[in-house]
Amino acid sequence: MSTVSVNVEHLTRVEGHGNIVLNAKDGTVEKVEWQVSEAPRFFESFVRGRPWDELSFLTSRICGICSIGHSLTSLKATEAAMQIPISDQTGMLRRLALHAENMQSHILHVGYLVAPDMFRVGSVFPLVPDHKDLVLKIVKMHRLANELSTLVCGRTTHPITMIPGGFSWIPSQRALLEYQQHLRDIIPVCEDVGQALLDNCHMLPDFSRETEYIGLTSDEEYALYDGVIASTDTGTHPVEEYESVANEFIVPQSTAKYTKHHRDSYMVGALARFNLNSDQLHPLAMQWALKFQLKPLCYNPFMNSIAQVVEYIHSVEDGILLIDKLVEQGINRDERPSVQVKAGRGIAAVEVPRGILFHDYTYNDKGICTKANCVIPTNQNHNNIQKDMEVFAPTLLEKPEKDIELNLEMLVRAYDPCISCSTHYLDVTFV
Amino acid sequence: MKPTVAFFDFSSCEGCQLQIANLEETVLDVADKVNIVEFREVMKEHAEAYDIAIVEGSICRPMDEERLRKIRKNATILIALGACAHLGSVQRLGNQWTAEENKEEVYGKTIPEVTDDSNPFFEQPRHRSLDEIVPVDLVIPGCPIDRNEFVKVLVALLQGKKPPIPDYPVCVECKKRENVCLFTIGKFCMGPVARAGCNAICPTYGLGCEACRGYVSHPHEKAQTDVLKKYGLSTEEIMNRKTMYTYKYVEKQQEKPREKEVKA
Repeated sequence: MSTVSVNVEHLTRVEGHGNIVLNAKDGTVEKVEWQVSEAPRFFESFVRGRPWDELSFLTSRICGICSIGHSLTSLKATEAAMQIPISDQTGMLRRLALHAENMQSHILHVGYLVAPDMFRVGSVFPLVPDHKDLVLKIVKMHRLANELSTLVCGRTTHPITMIPGGFSWIPSQRALLEYQQHLRDIIPVCEDVGQALLDNCHMLPDFSRETEYIGLTSDEEYALYDGVIASTDTGTHPVEEYESVANEFIVPQSTAKYTKHHRDSYMVGALARFNLNSDQLHPLAMQWALKFQLKPLCYNPFMNSIAQVVEYIHSVEDGILLIDKLVEQGINRDERPSVQVKAGRGIAAVEVPRGILFHDYTYNDKGICTKANCVIPTNQNHNNIQKDMEVFAPTLLEKPEKDIELNLEMLVRAYDPCISCSTHYLDVTFV
Repeated sequence: MKPTVAFFDFSSCEGCQLQIANLEETVLDVADKVNIVEFREVMKEHAEAYDIAIVEGSICRPMDEERLRKIRKNATILIALGACAHLGSVQRLGNQWTAEENKEEVYGKTIPEVTDDSNPFFEQPRHRSLDEIVPVDLVIPGCPIDRNEFVKVLVALLQGKKPPIPDYPVCVECKKRENVCLFTIGKFCMGPVARAGCNAICPTYGLGCEACRGYVSHPHEKAQTDVLKKYGLSTEEIMNRKTMYTYKYVEKQQEKPREKEVKA
């Protein structure tokens, strides 16, 4: 019988460095492994000794794509440690910033990284000659997201204006209203791109494996900026108890830590949020979920990309409403935070594009960080990727090696892993 | 024939490569003028030779050094992209501790799996910039890079011109933008010694510059002396006060006396 050996080193079209190894003999999988080879950067170690007002800028550098999410989680943790209050205006502007990142990251993943698999090409570039109109619409959606980051955060990657307690600079009402019109104008573009993806959705493998989904949940809204921890298995838990939810552990094939909660593994990200909170989506987002036949609980990890499309639309709808509220309330551009530095420990969670993110800091009375822990969404997914692979790989063995490789790569890519965050690498190895 | 370009990344947040995607429609023009032969983040293809290698990230393990040397060999021009490749950036702050101390703080004390033998991905993590391992032809500085500057540099290279990276302090750009000097409102800023080219983006939004683009080439001669004088600061003081991106210079200063000792 045949021997199947797949070895993908430095998996492409993902953020960071990882490898996939598969050995199979006589129709039986001997080894299938998801390896994370990213070089460790030791953020939690080197932030020790740094002052409170540097932390959000340092931890933003954990990841370019989710730099806004890291900044926000960091700010919330520092604010929790020192009981720094924030205004309604700050809360709303931060929500806008988070929508900007969610939209940017989701369309980058679905449009530039996943769509090539759906059209069976190596990257977005070969799509240009035959599907230029579609590519330009994806670019337009991407640009719109980045413009919102610039408007609220001062630039697209690594936000400048967000500081503990508020903002160092606040956009004008006029600029916000102008942007609101762009949000309205993007809706037909989203629907065109949604339709193109819907037409090719059959290219996503039909694979399901029951697992646990974890994310934030809130009575107020489809939880992104704030909420309590929720699990599809065990209900809700306070954010302060994150350590007993994430249960980080170490495996030999990875520089990233792994996690598990109620089962062997759990999943975080857009699909987890959808599975937990889909009834709080705005109407158009809900409508598109139905078109894609995405219903909770959906156990197909490949549908994570589709949940991201749905969330993009939700963020557009929510962005329009947030700007209405901000304007109605009147923008106070002179508002600046006042901070009283004190000792304490603060724990915070935010839903960033790839899932729930925790930062936990301890400060001394000078406001110097003495201890830090960050639990990253992709770390929480690594173990679920491994478990999916163990069930998915045996179903692929009859296929040519090239197809097995493609399917395994697509599985990892569906999680939109951010390996820099979790340390940093993606490669498939058929041994 | 169009020049071939390959992108590579080491330890980083990949935010500088993200700026290429953030060029939006312009990225299609770039793809039209050059032949992109490798870019792991967005395409499947690999290449063994290229005219221009654009490298993001700091270098940390022997396996990374080896990979960088190979890239250097395969490339005619090697560009360091962003603060990690240029300076070692924030992760360089970890060099204050030994690799073992860092590992223990992050991964815990008594975990037998995490040894260099069992997991080669952990070997000797110490972060350095590219130029400490191989010759670098050009630096595009910043955390993150300015994507318009990236295009300008690429265009200059294609035209055989000298790439336009400024060598004057951020203060120059800040004054041009008619910003209120942050020192006047009691804030601290590295603008007088930091290399410009960002259009003073952080001071413009009310935040002090952190010198993510490194320092001007001769800070003692080229610093903004009028600002320093007015606020009673020396170049040395500014350079030692904040080290978020510039720990490389602190390490270099620490090395100097040691070198002297060795020579003596």
